[in-house]
Amino acid sequence: MSNLEILLILIIAAAIAYYATKRQAQSWQTSRDKTRLDSLPSYYGYFGAICTLLPALIVLSFWSFIEGNIISALVVSKFERLSALNASDLSLVMNEIKIIVESGLSEKNSNDLFYEKAAVLIESYSSVSFFLKVASVFALSLLGFMYAYLKITPRFKARNKVEKTTVYLLLLSALVAILTTAGIIFSVLFESIAFFSQISIFDFVFGTHWSPQIAIREDQVSSTGGFGAFPLFWGTILISIIAMIVAAPLGLISAIYLAEYAQPKIRNVVKPILEILAGVPTVVYGFFAALTVGPMVSGFGERLNKFGMSFEIELFAGLVVSSESALAAGLVMGMMIMPFILSLSDDVISAVPDSLRDGSTAMGSTKSETVWKVVFPAALPGIVGGFLLAISRAIGETMIVLMAAGVAANLTANPLNSVTTVTTQIVVLLTGDQEFDSIKTLSAFALALGLFVTTLILNILALQIVRRYREQYE
Amino acid sequence: MNNLEIVKAGLNKRYAKERRFKFYGIFSISLSLLFLFFLLFDIGAKSIPAFTQTYINLDIEFDKKSMKLQDQDSYSEEALFSASYSNLGRNALYKLFPEVTERKQKKALRQMLSSGARYDLRDVALKNKNYVGTTQNLWVIAGDDIDAFVKGLIDRNIPESDRRVKDYQVEWVDTLEAQNKIERRFNINFFTSGDSREPEQAGILGALKGSFYTMLVTLLLSFPIAVSAAIYLEEFAPKNNWWIDLIEININNLAAVPSIVFGILGLAVYINLFGVPRSAPLVGGLVLTLMTLPTIIISTRAALKSVPPSIREAALSIGASKMQVITHHVLPLAMPGILTGSIIGMAQALGETAPLLMIGMVAFVADIPQSILDPATVLPVQVFIWSDSPERGFIALTSAAIVTLLVFLFFMNLIAIVLRKKFETRW
Repeated sequence: MSNLEILLILIIAAAIAYYATKRQAQSWQTSRDKTRLDSLPSYYGYFGAICTLLPALIVLSFWSFIEGNIISALVVSKFERLSALNASDLSLVMNEIKIIVESGLSEKNSNDLFYEKAAVLIESYSSVSFFLKVASVFALSLLGFMYAYLKITPRFKARNKVEKTTVYLLLLSALVAILTTAGIIFSVLFESIAFFSQISIFDFVFGTHWSPQIAIREDQVSSTGGFGAFPLFWGTILISIIAMIVAAPLGLISAIYLAEYAQPKIRNVVKPILEILAGVPTVVYGFFAALTVGPMVSGFGERLNKFGMSFEIELFAGLVVSSESALAAGLVMGMMIMPFILSLSDDVISAVPDSLRDGSTAMGSTKSETVWKVVFPAALPGIVGGFLLAISRAIGETMIVLMAAGVAANLTANPLNSVTTVTTQIVVLLTGDQEFDSIKTLSAFALALGLFVTTLILNILALQIVRRYREQYE
Repeated sequence: MNNLEIVKAGLNKRYAKERRFKFYGIFSISLSLLFLFFLLFDIGAKSIPAFTQTYINLDIEFDKKSMKLQDQDSYSEEALFSASYSNLGRNALYKLFPEVTERKQKKALRQMLSSGARYDLRDVALKNKNYVGTTQNLWVIAGDDIDAFVKGLIDRNIPESDRRVKDYQVEWVDTLEAQNKIERRFNINFFTSGDSREPEQAGILGALKGSFYTMLVTLLLSFPIAVSAAIYLEEFAPKNNWWIDLIEININNLAAVPSIVFGILGLAVYINLFGVPRSAPLVGGLVLTLMTLPTIIISTRAALKSVPPSIREAALSIGASKMQVITHHVLPLAMPGILTGSIIGMAQALGETAPLLMIGMVAFVADIPQSILDPATVLPVQVFIWSDSPERGFIALTSAAIVTLLVFLFFMNLIAIVLRKKFETRW
């Protein structure tokens, strides 16, 4: 019986409890003395269902979470051979034992008797734990039902109880947001601390040598991995700058045109079409950048190079052109965040009160003068906030840079060169085979921490600016 | 010069500036539109070859010897299933081109057919058991190089050393074409099979089902949690409470956290801490739930806010409790807005790639997933995997997978727009 089946049985039990308690309440209502109920009969039913389901559910989920860890700890304490191991070896051995348990003990698939013994022990503990779990969950469910059934009287305030419980459940859902943030911090912080205990923060942030390959053997050549992440930060910044150079003017000017000049008819057609760009998955942009824009850019670079050679323009002649370039990734990313800037700027420009425009027009200024000298300064804080959000999005974007910008950590200002970014390296380090405690894996968490903190600061800053701006005109 | 003249003198310049500015606006909008159409056109055009597949007409002789079957009158299902079919196609080809004797050329001849052809032949034999011992005229799937050549993706005019199809292969294709023995058909494989290393056998059904299961988990978790959270924050939360402010800041911030960070959360918390199976739609759905929550919460709050106070007051005045007001009146009236926001959130989740790479959904999975615990991949990750493959045929397949993904997204957004238009109420 899996947890899912237990859950189903509990739900069925709750449904039965609902009907039983509701019937009880109805029977009072229809009895000869016509007792007046405090709440509608269905609320008595809900009360019964909640009492049957909720405590049992809490125990079930809690038990399932801690079950595995407790069993492992018990098994480890039984065998001296296991408790002598260090953490990473232990997890390997435990995994192997678990595989034996899963594949079934009847098959003799391990020649080590010790593993088999441990597996048998795990299995026996699991069955005990399982029995206890099922028994306690169902007993609790039955107890809950009995409690509800005995508790209800015609004067019982069932509705108040049910509604109060519901509010608590709603609050619990709202707390998921905090739990998520806590989960993110939890998952990156500890690994990052482990990483920074081996590599100093200064070397990580300002070091210029990034080659996180760790030697398999101790005596191997180039066994010292480089963990200077500066080229990564620079690559991220370079691509974000290119993206903003494309997106900021296009998005802003389009927004101004749509908000101030375009007729409502055109606006209602053009704006949704441009918003399609925001709905296209990033992997599609990545494919487009890698297969269409990338070759176009490198073709253009080669032509520049040839031009430079033949006319002896040093700047162009020395050009390094790679098929994966920061420029291609940045251009496409710019088009990706353009609709984002467009709709944020559009919102703030539309929020500027018409009295300002009317005043400016009354003074005899043209429309563009009104826009640049009155509307734009008034909307500036909101626009800046939108830009900050767009930059945060560009920094965190993964697929475009992963597919089009390359993985070589070059420290270069030449946009035709290939660069790598923080997000790309996180993907490269964490996909494929990995051992969880190696410094190579840990470095990915340190990068993620940097990414999270940077975007967090940008987001909070942007949201503050936008909010303050909104309050100004409301 | 009086003031009026000064103004008049500058007027032309100012009007020109005005026109220029207007032109910039039109220019930047046109540029963006152009980019959008170029993007869609480019991917659409690249996807066309993937929807057809080349087949070669051959007289396949199901002889017992090359199928390694014992001499019997009839065969059981298992015997036919485990029989050898790899020689049947090549024998037919050798018979068709008896002049080919050189080893290298023979190999090239064999490569005219896909390595998956044997499985098709097996299916044919299993369906028609009486074929054994007879010769049948069948259409057999061609190899990817030949397929690309027939589709015109490999130019016959470039020198032989630069192309993957040799001159004698070109000759064979021409011979077959003259006899009407080679043709392109609709590529049904693309929609009915899972991933494969061979482009002519690869399909998106596995990724589609993986996406379906992942979306199912996401929807079942994110919708109730998000709506409950939004109801609490909008209707019950105490004002000016720092706890509530903290929740609100969190939600707004989570909406802008890079998606890859959620992938790291999934890896560290779901997989390593709770032991949820890697690569499964379950863990994918759990990660995408966290990403979708802020979107749905924000739009649900907007929808709840737009229900006018008069409705609440009317219900309260006839004795409804606050919870009854919400469940009986506010929530049903806000439902179209909530659904619109949810569909948009689901569309975002459907296109998400980066966090799923972190939790192992990028593995090569040839089997079609049957439950939320099977290893699976999803449509956008399939696009990423294929775009990394060196074989030429995968470019078209990648584009076709993108087209499929975009079609799904288009319809989801269309439903959201229709819903919004249809149920839009102005109070």
